[in-house]
Amino acid sequence: MQIAARPATGGTILDITGDIDLAHSPAMRKALLQEIKEKKTAKVFLNLEKVRYIDSSGIASLVEGLKASRDQGSRLILYGLSKTVREVMELSRLQKIFEIHDSEAQALAS
Amino acid sequence: MLLKLELQSNPEALCLVRATVERAAEVLHFHDAETRAIVRSVDEALANVLRHAYRGRPGLPIEMSCSRVEPGGEKAAQGGIEILLTDKGVPVKQAELKGRPLDDIRPGGLGLHFIHESMDEVEFTRKKGKNLLRMVKYLSPSSQAAASEGEQKCR
Repeated sequence: MQIAARPATGGTILDITGDIDLAHSPAMRKALLQEIKEKKTAKVFLNLEKVRYIDSSGIASLVEGLKASRDQGSRLILYGLSKTVREVMELSRLQKIFEIHDSEAQALAS
Repeated sequence: MLLKLELQSNPEALCLVRATVERAAEVLHFHDAETRAIVRSVDEALANVLRHAYRGRPGLPIEMSCSRVEPGGEKAAQGGIEILLTDKGVPVKQAELKGRPLDDIRPGGLGLHFIHESMDEVEFTRKKGKNLLRMVKYLSPSSQAAASEGEQKCR
């Protein structure tokens, strides 16, 4: 899994590539919490277009990120979810808890 | 038996297992959503072994086998797949086998829920100092219909 950060309107986009599983979710969690808690970024956009798989540890990291962003008064915005990732979100019944958009353009305009 | 894998408790092995199980499910003519459910269950079950049974210690043994369930009976009219996972870690606590309520929004506790939602049969037992997890997924009639249309899954 690879994570790259780039600036965006009002915040930062984290581009995630690969599988978010037990081996790699700690790295995503670290990047996410660093952006939210340490850098205090107002809007963190998580680009999941190139994520093929996410497991429950990845979902747990997203929930932790969401809680941290709420504590900071910032926003965590997800976009580009594949069918596999959407399925896991639905299984977790978390799709309504997160702010989710189909594309980067929609996410940035939100 | 379709395949038997002898694994070690290393998180890096998970992606290889997912790819292998995905192919096994395809060969048995599961459709895409069912295949994703099977892959997800095996991955979550292995992750639980790594985190809970072996408490994060690497290099410890896990065995996984996949077998074809032959068609027959009410549940298995179209056949299916049976997956067995065995580890020598600490016993699974019965109280933890149901996962947590989903309306409790917090990190963790989702893996078991995914497994129960994704598979038709899930059974934990402990025998001779080993944890044994048996998971079964049956083929749906739509999967069988796709297979009978002449799809060549295994070349």
